[in-house]
Amino acid sequence: MPKEAIVKGPSDERWFDVLVYFIAAVIIIIVLYPLVFVVSASFSDPARVLNGEVWLLPKGITLDAYNNILHNDKIWIGYRNSIFYTVVGTLINITMTLLAAYPLSRPDLPGRKGLMLIITLTMFFSGGLIPSYLLVKNLGMVDTMWALIIPGAISTYNLIVMRTYFQSSIPWELQEAAHIDGCSNWRLLISIILPLSKPILAVMVLFYAVGHWNSFFNALIYIRTEDLYPLQLVLREILMISQSAGVDGGNVGMEEKILLSESIKYAVIIVSSLPVLIMYPFVQRHFVKGVMIGSIKG
Amino acid sequence: MKNAEIHETAAAPQFRPERGSRLIRQIAKRYDLYLMLLLPIAWYLLFHYGPLYGLQIAFKNFAPGKGILGSSWVGLEHFKRFFDSYYFGRLLWNTLSINLISLLVAFPIPIMLALLINEIRSKTYSKLLQNITYIPHFISVVVIVGILTVFLSPTGPINTLIQALGGSPTRFMESAGWFKTIFIGSNIWQNMGWQSIIYIAGLSGINPQLYEAAKMDGASRMRRIWHVSLPGIVPVIVILLILDIGQFMNIGFEKILLMQNNLNLEASDVISTFVYTTGILKGEYSYTAAIGLFNSLINLTLLLMVNRFARKTSETSLW
Repeated sequence: MPKEAIVKGPSDERWFDVLVYFIAAVIIIIVLYPLVFVVSASFSDPARVLNGEVWLLPKGITLDAYNNILHNDKIWIGYRNSIFYTVVGTLINITMTLLAAYPLSRPDLPGRKGLMLIITLTMFFSGGLIPSYLLVKNLGMVDTMWALIIPGAISTYNLIVMRTYFQSSIPWELQEAAHIDGCSNWRLLISIILPLSKPILAVMVLFYAVGHWNSFFNALIYIRTEDLYPLQLVLREILMISQSAGVDGGNVGMEEKILLSESIKYAVIIVSSLPVLIMYPFVQRHFVKGVMIGSIKG
Repeated sequence: MKNAEIHETAAAPQFRPERGSRLIRQIAKRYDLYLMLLLPIAWYLLFHYGPLYGLQIAFKNFAPGKGILGSSWVGLEHFKRFFDSYYFGRLLWNTLSINLISLLVAFPIPIMLALLINEIRSKTYSKLLQNITYIPHFISVVVIVGILTVFLSPTGPINTLIQALGGSPTRFMESAGWFKTIFIGSNIWQNMGWQSIIYIAGLSGINPQLYEAAKMDGASRMRRIWHVSLPGIVPVIVILLILDIGQFMNIGFEKILLMQNNLNLEASDVISTFVYTTGILKGEYSYTAAIGLFNSLINLTLLLMVNRFARKTSETSLW
């Protein structure tokens, strides 16, 4: 890149480079250390973790914690549910966002500005938690899986990103030409727009899917039956509720229980984050692209 | 946007007929576009404007049996009760202080990170730094609080270090004094990389000749950052600042809820968590709907003020 050459050029102020590289290294260590610690602790003898012996590498390597998880039904049910919520939820998200973003990207749609206003206004003012909760309750969705899928069917931010992409990346002349050839709007959307939109669709799938996988609050307020719990809610019980048990438990009988719950915590963090982290290296570029497209609109 | 306008006029001559029926024809010709919009718009009306309609319970004594319309009006009673309540001062103080400190401390950090990344000469090293700092963004808030819990527990690595240095262990997660530090610190840890992306993009768009000229004039690298890099991304900074302030009263609600316990409540009780615990858990719908409305109104006012201020002073604004 010639630009690099001009900006960065032959190095002046060597000390400045040293400083920059040093700070960067410190940042990398700060970001990675907690993650490395959790991984190491998950493979370590829980007694030695509690003793504070583990600080970087695993001590007394054991797979007990993972074994424990394998036999924990709650975690498996949570996993299954989360996969369901993520797949079905994302499918609905994409369909709804597409159905809104495409027509609103058409410069020849009468009333477009008014419709956009209806949509963007919701970004700045909302009824708030309680009226939304009562609405979902009145619709009879409480304690059903729909409560986690329908109320969040569209993210306005994602809709705007997708619309911006349609406007800036798909030539309007192409669509007009298709029209003149007698192509209906539905066919236009399915056989011309969609194939040209693979990059943005990838970004949207990722944004929505990660959102579903990581969300817990809607499940917390809407879901009562444990069989419907997504993984994050199961996690919350394991990570935070067993912690308060640890605070109270001063007696000896509790010790083994604490040890067990302590050991499972680290492993559960790893197991639940695994899908996203495995996917991460492959999709990282797409995420970045999504943020960029979003910023065009400003 | 400009492009779209040109297209609009370019497309118009196709539908020439008399003025009155022209619009109807335009609409009729595109009925299938409206068909596509039917479901999403219905969804917006139901799930975004429905709650706005339901907000009237803030001025009523809502009883689930009577429904929204059947419940009796009580005017501003719920607001008065909230302003007079023992918790009001604490809730408002915690909400404002957590967000204000976040804005002052956490907002500039992604900017500094982007400037740092921009100064790294090795492409590999700069990519490495970026990709590593993005990772925490994808970890769920439940897991983040889980990591905090084990990391800061009396037997965790931080306390082990403190003890090794001769200090005594601290129960960080159960301490009101530490709450805000931990909350904001972990937010920075999780989000600085992700939030720096937009700034990095802005920096890569700066004309290289500006740097060259500054160098000719004998500007040191620090001065070039200050006088070339930073001014180049000021518009992005202003927009993101406005958007951040637009979310001022809501930041981090889920995480605060997860970190909250009886021992740190003094510092962690904020308006949004209070609405959750009193409204959803205890069923005081009208009272907490009023509190939620109060929260939204402050938020909206802040947004409008900041946007206006930005438009007057820097020509950059949301609208």
